[in-house]
Amino acid sequence: MGKYLARRLASILPTLFFVTVLIFGLQQLLPGDAAVVLAGEDQDPGVIAHLREKLHLDKPFPVRYAYWLGGVVQGDLGESLRIQKPVTELIVEKLPVTIQLAVMAMLIALVIGITAGVVSAVLKGTAWDYAANIFALWGLSTPNFWLGIMLILLFSVQLGWLPASGYVSPFEDLKANLAAMIMPAFVLGNAIAAVLMRHTRSAMLQVLNSDYVRTARAKGLHEHVVVLKHALRNALVPIITLGALEFGTLLSGAVLTEQVFSIPGFGKLIVDAVFNRDYAVVQGVVLFTATAYITLNLLADLAYFLVNPRMRG
Amino acid sequence: MLGLAFVVMFILMGLLAPWIAPHDPLATSWSAIRKAPSVAHLFGTDEIGRDVLSRVLWGARASLLAGVVSVCISLALGLPIGLLAGYLGGWTDGLISRATDAMLACPFLILAIALAAFLGPSLTNAMIAIGISATPIFIRLTRAAVLSVKVEDYVEAARAVGNPHLRIVLRHILPNILAPLIVQATLAIAAAVIAEASLSFLGLGQQPPAPSWGSMLNTAKNYIEQAPWMAIWPGASIFLLVLSFNLLGDGLRDALDPRHS
Repeated sequence: MGKYLARRLASILPTLFFVTVLIFGLQQLLPGDAAVVLAGEDQDPGVIAHLREKLHLDKPFPVRYAYWLGGVVQGDLGESLRIQKPVTELIVEKLPVTIQLAVMAMLIALVIGITAGVVSAVLKGTAWDYAANIFALWGLSTPNFWLGIMLILLFSVQLGWLPASGYVSPFEDLKANLAAMIMPAFVLGNAIAAVLMRHTRSAMLQVLNSDYVRTARAKGLHEHVVVLKHALRNALVPIITLGALEFGTLLSGAVLTEQVFSIPGFGKLIVDAVFNRDYAVVQGVVLFTATAYITLNLLADLAYFLVNPRMRG
Repeated sequence: MLGLAFVVMFILMGLLAPWIAPHDPLATSWSAIRKAPSVAHLFGTDEIGRDVLSRVLWGARASLLAGVVSVCISLALGLPIGLLAGYLGGWTDGLISRATDAMLACPFLILAIALAAFLGPSLTNAMIAIGISATPIFIRLTRAAVLSVKVEDYVEAARAVGNPHLRIVLRHILPNILAPLIVQATLAIAAAVIAEASLSFLGLGQQPPAPSWGSMLNTAKNYIEQAPWMAIWPGASIFLLVLSFNLLGDGLRDALDPRHS
């Protein structure tokens, strides 16, 4: 276990290094003089000179990268030029909202995706199987910002059941919070449910053909015991680990979903930063996302290692 | 087949837009603001009186162009880099693989948004951003395909008779790894169409007043109570086009990849 963990940890270091080079390199794409662009509409020569000095823009790329990386490893992702706050503080402020959205979306995706996948595998070739496959194609092909707008049209404008936008903290009013979050969470969970359905279907089909399931059936166990206790429990391992890899889809989707429903989370932070030309925030958010993704990937691998005795050799 | 038929329909729609669109997609009319669908305007009109049907037809151009050009960029970058990594192996492979892992660690759309933000908002930059963001998938796929093909007997034979490396790669390896790449490219077009619509929805793609489905939806969300038709048609078009490419990709995989049959 220790050896595997050490090897796995060592393998993410070069990846993290390349991530930082890539994200810092984005600055090189800015057209013209970076200090002038970063100063935005404020073309005061004093501000431009201050920025050039503060961001070491007169130094060569490797030196600037070293200064930036030095800050990053100490948790300093720079400062937002527009809001005048450290980027780390902004991320910590917005993150809980997106985490709530992501957790709700993942729960919805797991319930819908796994149920549809199991039904589709057990009833392979029937109308239920076709319906589940059509659902998966629908989920993969629907742009989530459009689905969000259509749900607002139905549940907020036509039926008046749910608020169209706005966010209430769960600590202030839990009911209002859930009413505001349920539509965005469903929109976000929809695409992931489709992916999970496909994984569940193929994992279940594989397991249902295995010897131990045949043995369980031969023992005369009820079919639902065979499916839920023997087959699904073993099929769940790859599904959960693959689910962790959907984290990227979740965050990409959150950017658009939060925009549609005006939710002040992580996704809205990056979009606002893009329009305010607040590049330090853009870089900070991408770096944080990538690091979180790599960490989750590592945890998923470790979980797989722990629950799968064959890997422990 | 259904996927292919719809893809062809959308291509024709985009190509023939100047002739089949009933109105000029940019022509505003103050007397026809947010009019519901009627005989004169089958899909209704938008907030400044432009014909929604004409804009949807012209919008097919931006979406298809973005889908195809982005994937061409990904292929142009990913194929040679993947070939290099797979064929040469060693430290070249190690370096390329780590860089690919780093790019894959950044969620696709977030990387595309960041790239588009730094490059500046325009359709061309959106296509470049999407193309670069999708490149690592093609590098990884090409590399994996090369690794499995390069140990085949016919490649060994080509090497034994003294063929130069470039000839081995182009004549013996490349033709045998194309099938999975074609399937992936088709599915990547679907992802690129959604990505372009997403960037345009956020204001980072096609700039107004030029028609694009994503930017039409961005405006439409502000008028959802008064003019829901403004949101229904562009969104349904994105959905149908993406669905068509997904169906086509699935069909091609079944046809070209024996493991999926």
